Amino acid sequence: MSKVAVLAGGSSFERQVSLRSGARVEDALERLGHDVVAIDAGNDLIRRLRDERPDVAFVAMHGRDGEDGTVQELLEILAIPYTGSGVPACVRAMDKVLTKHGLIEAGIPTPEFFAFNQTAFRELGAADALPAIEERLAFPIVVKPSSQGSALGIKFARTAADVPSALVSAFSYDAKVLLERYVKGRDLAVSILHSDDGPTALPIVEAVPTGGEDDFYDFQARYEIGRTEFTCPANLPNGITDRAQDLALRTYELLGCYGFARVDLMLDEAGELFVLEANPIPGLTETSLLPQAAETAGIGFDDLVARILASAFARFDRANA
Amino acid sequence: MSPPRNPHERSTRRDLERYAGLFSARTRVMTSSATRDLMAMSDRPEVISFAGGLPDTSTFPSETFAAMTARIADESCAKALQYGPTDGLIETKRCIADVMAAEDMLVDTDDVLVTTGGQQVLDLVTKTLIDPGDTIVAEGPSYPGALNAFQAYQANVVQVDMDSDGMRVDLLEETLDQLDRDGKRPKFIYTVPSFQNPGGVTLSLPRRKRLVEVARERELLVLEDNPYGLLRYEGDPAPTLYSLDGGVYVMYLGTFSKIFSPGLRLGWVVAPPPVLARINLGKQQADLCTSTLSQILVQAYFERHDWREYIDTLSELYRARRDTMLDALAEHFPAQAEWTRPGGGLFIWATLPDFIDTSDLLARALRENVAFVPGEGAFLDGRGRSSMRLNFSGANEERIREGIRRIGEVVKEQVALYGTLTGEAPQPDAPRRPADAGSESEATADESEGGRVVELPRRADRQRRARGS
Repeated sequence: MSKVAVLAGGSSFERQVSLRSGARVEDALERLGHDVVAIDAGNDLIRRLRDERPDVAFVAMHGRDGEDGTVQELLEILAIPYTGSGVPACVRAMDKVLTKHGLIEAGIPTPEFFAFNQTAFRELGAADALPAIEERLAFPIVVKPSSQGSALGIKFARTAADVPSALVSAFSYDAKVLLERYVKGRDLAVSILHSDDGPTALPIVEAVPTGGEDDFYDFQARYEIGRTEFTCPANLPNGITDRAQDLALRTYELLGCYGFARVDLMLDEAGELFVLEANPIPGLTETSLLPQAAETAGIGFDDLVARILASAFARFDRANA
Repeated sequence: MSPPRNPHERSTRRDLERYAGLFSARTRVMTSSATRDLMAMSDRPEVISFAGGLPDTSTFPSETFAAMTARIADESCAKALQYGPTDGLIETKRCIADVMAAEDMLVDTDDVLVTTGGQQVLDLVTKTLIDPGDTIVAEGPSYPGALNAFQAYQANVVQVDMDSDGMRVDLLEETLDQLDRDGKRPKFIYTVPSFQNPGGVTLSLPRRKRLVEVARERELLVLEDNPYGLLRYEGDPAPTLYSLDGGVYVMYLGTFSKIFSPGLRLGWVVAPPPVLARINLGKQQADLCTSTLSQILVQAYFERHDWREYIDTLSELYRARRDTMLDALAEHFPAQAEWTRPGGGLFIWATLPDFIDTSDLLARALRENVAFVPGEGAFLDGRGRSSMRLNFSGANEERIREGIRRIGEVVKEQVALYGTLTGEAPQPDAPRRPADAGSESEATADESEGGRVVELPRRADRQRRARGS
């Protein structure tokens, strides 16, 4: 039995989801016989961690602070073992632009994109390059903030007229945004879980929009619960499952993820796979994809939490060996 | 093992997760919007929030409250702690008749049913009249809390545009004709005619008269929601729909929330007797009766204290806050923004250029610790994305000035960015003082108490424009 601090909440826009992930993890940890301390990450985070002196921290935070390496950095300073990826992997995965550059260099397919800071538009006249970008990517184009973890700020531009306002929206969340070629096809999520034999890909979850009318509807539906159904394992043609899992594992290792993560991919109509992004701390709620995938693999939620926790100790022991 | 800091809070959010798999699909949709998660962030104390609809209860004299409660303890303790009749205490109904008389309405206390806040009226009326798929006609924008109540009963809601004179009754008639051709008969028309939430505009007298005629001609019910009628900061009162109609087709929703206290959760509905009888059945199922303690508090307040004087105090306070917000908007919002000038109530509806999505703007504004309600929640058809509702009653003048300044900064930032992206030179942000706020619109604002209302961007127009270029 260990004393486990479950870190959740925080002030990111994904606070609500994080509180739900955290609550579920707390329940599981108690059932596993651990001494659980719930911490809503705020101004008193360090003080509380120092007072409580947990053996390990379970980081159930999503988005800014929790998933971008900030909290991990603080836990390193306090020398508290923690679940999930370390600082460098979080920094790389949370930044979609950094992730995609890495993928390209490693030969992992990802939709073609261009990324800019606000200053590029303000001071370098990047707007003049938009027509060339639009021609290269072809419409529709997806516009997204580089670091926002949830669906917030992601826009679907059908024509050139939609691009400027989509950029304004994306810049509401981050100083860096990307314009990405839209991949029409099937939406796949591959969850990865640490095991004694190294990271293992779990069965693939497919998000299927219900009652789709057009691309835009499908695109929006992905981000609204109730308009999407999830199938696990996804019913995929021969070889596609293996290839998707292999790409996800390579992405996971490329970024240096640890413990668990989720990699999102698109399968286009020609049967090509593209990696969109990696989530170092995917949701752990009742409706989240990683727990669904684990369940399909015969790993119940408590078991999943136990494995993630064990991986945190394993890394810490190794680092201090 | 040390106990959690707040075991109650912890178990509540745990329960949410524990039972998540059992929730109906309907409630899952209700709780999953990204904007809702954003709105949750505006509760932090460091945020200047114009998002709520809060009256300023700090103005209520605590000695008055103490005197009232002491008297209740002395004189009616047992009664206050007991169940009451489903339709409400007769004494409370008499207070309600007084409040309605203040707006020239004559009501028989038999026609009144006391409810747990005005929100319960929305729920009970919808429960009574709506089967899944039935149509309700409402204003666009509408009070989001009403839209939620309608959606919970799976109503089909059709929203009719407004201008500075409130709902376009001509468009209402066209809509009703169209529904008729489609073989759909709406069950009722929902409207907030005075100082509308969220639009801030007021239905003109000719339109009020026409709306009542339309209801009679077509034998349709109207639900008149009037929480703010007595919070008037200028101009002459317009007669309520209820008084024009005499209570034949108009159901009336009133509340003590904005004139006394929302904490009491005390509202009422007046409806034709057969409808009221059904609502009464629904009320029994919902909560048996409205809090007797709350009802007796109102009675104690009305008997010994000048409730009209308190409304005057509130009106004076809110008038100053409204003026402060209007001045701050003129000073800090860019030239491309427009907003309504409410003659009363609690809300201003501001509309930005259509390239700004106010839900995304809220995310940016929250980084500056300021919040508002994005307009999209006031529509069910995707409109309102460039609008926002601003509440001016809940914050003091200093915070209003600072909050509007911060929103203005982020709006200007986005306008400038858009200008850079499109190559359109951003318009100079000459501050517009009320005195020189565009002669045309100022004249309109003076003539019509509702102020000016901008055309609400239509989704179809946007798409057409986008496709065409």
